[in-house]
Amino acid sequence: MINILKNRLFKGIVTRPITGKEASLCKSVETIGEELKAEIYKKFGRSLHIREVDTGSCGGCESEIIATTNPIYDIQRFGIDFVASPRHADALLVTGPVSKNMKLALKKTYDAMPEPKFVITLGDCAAGGGIFKDSYYVEGGVEKVLPVSLHIPGCPPTPTDIIKGILAFLR
Amino acid sequence: MNYKYILKDLLESRGMQMEDLKELYDDEVHIKTEPENFKGLCLGLHKELGSGVMMLFAADERSTRGVFVIRCVFLGAKYKRWFIVNMDVSPENPRFSSLAKDIFSASLFEREMKEMYGIEPIGNPDPRRLNLHDEVWPEGAYPLRKGFDISKIGSTGSKEYKFKKIEGVGVFEIPVGPVHAGIIGPGHFRFSSAGEPIINMEARLGFTHRGVEKEFEGKSVLEAVKLAECVSGDSIFGHSLAFSAAIEKICGVTVPEDEQYLRVMILEIERMYNHASDIGGMALDAGFSFPSMYASIIKENILELNKVLTGTRYNKGFNTIGGVTGLLSGDKISHLSGSLEKILKDFKELKDMLYSSVSFMDRVDTTGILKKKTAEDLGAVGLAARASGISMDLRKDLPGIYDKIIFNMARQAAGDVLARLNVRIEEFETSAGIIKQVLEKLDSAPKQHQPKSINMAGGSALGYVEGWRGPILYWVRLDTRGIIDRCKIVDPSFHNWTALTFAVLGNIMPDFPLCNKSFDLSYSGNDL
Repeated sequence: MINILKNRLFKGIVTRPITGKEASLCKSVETIGEELKAEIYKKFGRSLHIREVDTGSCGGCESEIIATTNPIYDIQRFGIDFVASPRHADALLVTGPVSKNMKLALKKTYDAMPEPKFVITLGDCAAGGGIFKDSYYVEGGVEKVLPVSLHIPGCPPTPTDIIKGILAFLR
Repeated sequence: MNYKYILKDLLESRGMQMEDLKELYDDEVHIKTEPENFKGLCLGLHKELGSGVMMLFAADERSTRGVFVIRCVFLGAKYKRWFIVNMDVSPENPRFSSLAKDIFSASLFEREMKEMYGIEPIGNPDPRRLNLHDEVWPEGAYPLRKGFDISKIGSTGSKEYKFKKIEGVGVFEIPVGPVHAGIIGPGHFRFSSAGEPIINMEARLGFTHRGVEKEFEGKSVLEAVKLAECVSGDSIFGHSLAFSAAIEKICGVTVPEDEQYLRVMILEIERMYNHASDIGGMALDAGFSFPSMYASIIKENILELNKVLTGTRYNKGFNTIGGVTGLLSGDKISHLSGSLEKILKDFKELKDMLYSSVSFMDRVDTTGILKKKTAEDLGAVGLAARASGISMDLRKDLPGIYDKIIFNMARQAAGDVLARLNVRIEEFETSAGIIKQVLEKLDSAPKQHQPKSINMAGGSALGYVEGWRGPILYWVRLDTRGIIDRCKIVDPSFHNWTALTFAVLGNIMPDFPLCNKSFDLSYSGNDL
């Protein structure tokens, strides 16, 4: 316990107002985030809840999505959260080129979401299959299975790219 | 000790000659055998070397030699060599005698060969397919055979997968997945439990199957390096390095010493950020969120360090055939030393927080035990094996440039979640120590960086790297033009998923996420 208190005091707030090299990054996260928050308030009333589905990604995209929730990017402070069930979600965030084995699970997840809902794809594989587009076992992108409203490119996109991508879409 | 003594008996008792033995490069011993001797020889090597089946795979050589070839790879750590037994299998009604009942670690490989090539392992007790799910893929379509044509596949599959059934009063089943609650890869777990304790767990994987091995075929080696980076997103550099190592062996490329050191540095950085992330994950799965957030700050700092060093957060594109794509300038090196100190300081705080929390220690201690005997029988590898008391680390067994670096292999005896946590913590600190040594050595190593020119050659070789999770193996065969003809990939996850299903037995359901995280296996690396 004493360790936690000590660290809480000494570490302070890491959510990027930090000096030095990272300062510009911090600033961009802050401004993007505030705009995003306002947009979400306008469009979704309170907050945007996202359900993530991996349809055969290598795990790089997942790593960066998780990074958006770390104390440095802290996407939750802008009203965006990742939820455990599609029943709680406004948006479906899909990574991977859609392996044949995941097609049904992807559809079922989408069907389980309440209206209104939309689909975001993330990472180069999710749009058209990327590097795996010619494979015998991929469907070749999420757009072949579900209607896609937004794509965030990158291999993998950085946490800043992800936050920026969602902002651009909500405008 | 010379390995020839042990092989002499093994071979001569089967009427074979020492001439059937061929040394390739300085770390591979190939033994060509007839199908009737294959099983006996493999069992003999397994016993003598104390190694599980590290790889067992087929290649379609019907167009050149009119046969399928099966290769079985063992690690001879004592002799600093890989032992590779190979045999030809006739393409008419291809079959061979299964090893699975004698060596468990062969079982999954045999099932994989069956679904990918249609080569029947006679006597394998489990006929189910792994990656090509029955619901979506028809019988009799073997995608890794040459000349496989997707357009000729008529119907899709419609069979249902049969899970092991546990029956009895009060036994119930809990299906989980393929879509999990967290931000994580897909896989299906089927638990049977009576009351709280888990009495059986079965993992059905393959959901991220993308046909990676087939994608390698027909590619030039430079295209394929990029593909290797997309096999498992948490071991990008490790996979790229293992693939390059195979190509460098085939083409006889010598990597300059300073570039070898840079590779070691980045590989150890990859180990550090993954271990930090997993230590945080274990805290989170025990409901201890503060250290978990603390660990994610450490991970983020390392990813940003990567960005400064190599230009990308996951070091994509830094490795290439023959070395690395750029040397690190003086300011980058000093930035690295500064960041490393900061990271180590944060890490010490994290460690203190975890070790001083009685309730956390209570959760991890004696939870999810993987016994040494079980780990050996299953052929567990890497970090999970070391936490169960098995000495196995390619950085020690086949060290290469690691020979010039002083470090200890982290090892624990208990095999529980705490042991795997301890191994990670120790390895994190060891990796930082290795990087410091590398920085000193880089000072004196001559700078020889120049654009790479490779004389492509045909042939085959085994490339290997001790990634953060365990040994990453690539067996690659190039045709005479230098185009990839076959590439077999084995990620350590492939061996260790079964180990997880044994480690959770007797534990309560709520401890499953904790056990799972302590292994932290790759879905994409397993499913390929």
